[in-house]
Amino acid sequence: MIFEVQVEVSLRQGVADPQGATIEHSLPTLGFPGVRGVRVGKSIRFSIEAADEAAARTEVDDLCHRFLSNPVIEDSSVIITAASGAGR
Amino acid sequence: MTGRVGVVLFPGSNCEHDVVEAVRLLGGEADILWHGDAHVAGVDAVVVPGGFAHGDYLRPGAIARFSPVMQAVAEFAAGGGPVVGICNGFQVLTEAGLLPGALQKNRGLKFLCATATLRVESSDSVLTSAASVGDELRIPINHFEGNYTCSPETLAELRAEDRVVLRYIDNPNGSVDDIAGITNAGRNVVGLMPHPERATSDLLGSSDGLPLLRSLLESARQAAAA
Repeated sequence: MIFEVQVEVSLRQGVADPQGATIEHSLPTLGFPGVRGVRVGKSIRFSIEAADEAAARTEVDDLCHRFLSNPVIEDSSVIITAASGAGR
Repeated sequence: MTGRVGVVLFPGSNCEHDVVEAVRLLGGEADILWHGDAHVAGVDAVVVPGGFAHGDYLRPGAIARFSPVMQAVAEFAAGGGPVVGICNGFQVLTEAGLLPGALQKNRGLKFLCATATLRVESSDSVLTSAASVGDELRIPINHFEGNYTCSPETLAELRAEDRVVLRYIDNPNGSVDDIAGITNAGRNVVGLMPHPERATSDLLGSSDGLPLLRSLLESARQAAAA
């Protein structure tokens, strides 16, 4: 089966986020004075072939921990959906 | 017998020739190691230099750690071989798990290009053996992700085992405990953000990198003689 995967990688709480801070600092001059807590992360999308959703999740979790995120400073969350609606 | 130093070249490395020149200046031999080769060509020490390996895509060092040469570097390190990661090379070594912790973006949101003053905190490592504890060295820094961080448990371990080898006198980037450089438990792998290879002559503003590079060359010589 083919699964569509969306991985969101975000900096862990307490880790400095210069991109988010820079965006937040610039917003008042653009006319958005009320925006707070801007955090910038990464969204990574791909498809994967696996026997079932559990197998896909196991492989994606491994991929996240070993490559897509650095667990020392980042968290990752994963959304997996069966492609073409099969099994859903 | 002089030791031979291998300097790893990734796509995007940009300090490899500085390291080669610095090693030769001190009478050592240096060769470039290609990232796609799954061996370290029989060298006696390895330097992972600064730059932007693989464009720093995803994270600095994240892709470089999977290069064929890094498996060979890990085996070399596991056998006690001297390995030093400078700047981006430090980031590669943490990503590869050869050193603990991670380098996050600098506190203060700025890319830093300046001369930092470091204090030698331990002379028991392949990069600091020719220096003395308490020595103050002026060495350039040039990084955006140089803010060292690690878990409280790891920090306690680094401190208890005297594995913080260099600290900033005036912390420029927010690194925990002012850490500029650390070593592994075997004391044969060192990572640091400052660039000793750029501080090899008073004409360049400082020659304080020389004791560090001499330490590495001495480690290479000992490895060659062993």
